[in-house]
Amino acid sequence: MNADGSNAKPLEYQTKEGQLNILGFWIFLAAEIVLFSTLFATYAVLFNRTADAPPPAELFEPGTVLVMTFILLTSSFTCGIAIHGMRRGSVKGLMTWLIITLILGLSFLGFEIYEFVHYAGEGATLQSSAFWSAFYILAGTHGVHVTLGIGWATLLLVQLAQRGITSVTSRKVFIIGLYWHFLDVIWIFIFTGVYLIGMVV
Amino acid sequence: MANRSKRIPIQHVVGYVMSIVLTVLAAWAALNSNLPVIWIIILILALAVIQAGIQLFMFMHIIERGTGHAPWQMIFHGFILAAIVVAGSLFTMSFGFNHDHNDDGGHEQHEQHEQE
Repeated sequence: MNADGSNAKPLEYQTKEGQLNILGFWIFLAAEIVLFSTLFATYAVLFNRTADAPPPAELFEPGTVLVMTFILLTSSFTCGIAIHGMRRGSVKGLMTWLIITLILGLSFLGFEIYEFVHYAGEGATLQSSAFWSAFYILAGTHGVHVTLGIGWATLLLVQLAQRGITSVTSRKVFIIGLYWHFLDVIWIFIFTGVYLIGMVV
Repeated sequence: MANRSKRIPIQHVVGYVMSIVLTVLAAWAALNSNLPVIWIIILILALAVIQAGIQLFMFMHIIERGTGHAPWQMIFHGFILAAIVVAGSLFTMSFGFNHDHNDDGGHEQHEQHEQE
């Protein structure tokens, strides 16, 4: 099943510690899915309880949301390319694609901040209704995860520049790769469950 | 050519193109199609699940040499729990409540009682 046809395990799996760390991170991601599910459930239950604030269908803009989705999707793709570069042993390729991923992540955050400020200006703030509280907590928790991911990957870039690709750094980069793809998985459901359904209903 | 195909990660490119197509399809279904709302919701949720699968299998390599079975089992059970939490919350908190005050359900039951 190995893409490059060789029998050797990738570097990050070659030590027992590396294998266990990656396994542990998968357990963390499964717990994160459940964490986000509680926020999705809250949002779904409070859907349309907008009180005096404007309803979502009035504020959600298909253009902005689609741009954000494509940016995050592309950043997930470039992150995959970075990991691919790492497995080919190219530090330069890895770091270049990782930096591109971070720039895309930052522009996603920029759009999200613009979006929140815009909604707040239209009278939909965290305090204005149950619906908007649930919306900001759900989208905001995702945004916080993206922010943390950017900080984490920046620190890893410093380590990569100092130490190159070793069994330790490759494991760390592989794990943040998983984290970054996971953020896109959550965003797919926010895009679908929050924005698209909010514009349809 | 063989060297070239190793350089370019075909799987990632295919996954990326498929994700874009699915996103556009979902956006089109939601914004421009004339399907009934309930079918739009079912369709776009199905598209989201497929796209999440692309991320997990094609980008995150949830199944590959060195990982074993634990990762996909963890994530699978995570999604099952998430579905139960969301569907269960909606079932207990939202469904069955009628905010339109036209009391259709209650009326039918009332008539049945009279017949008995």
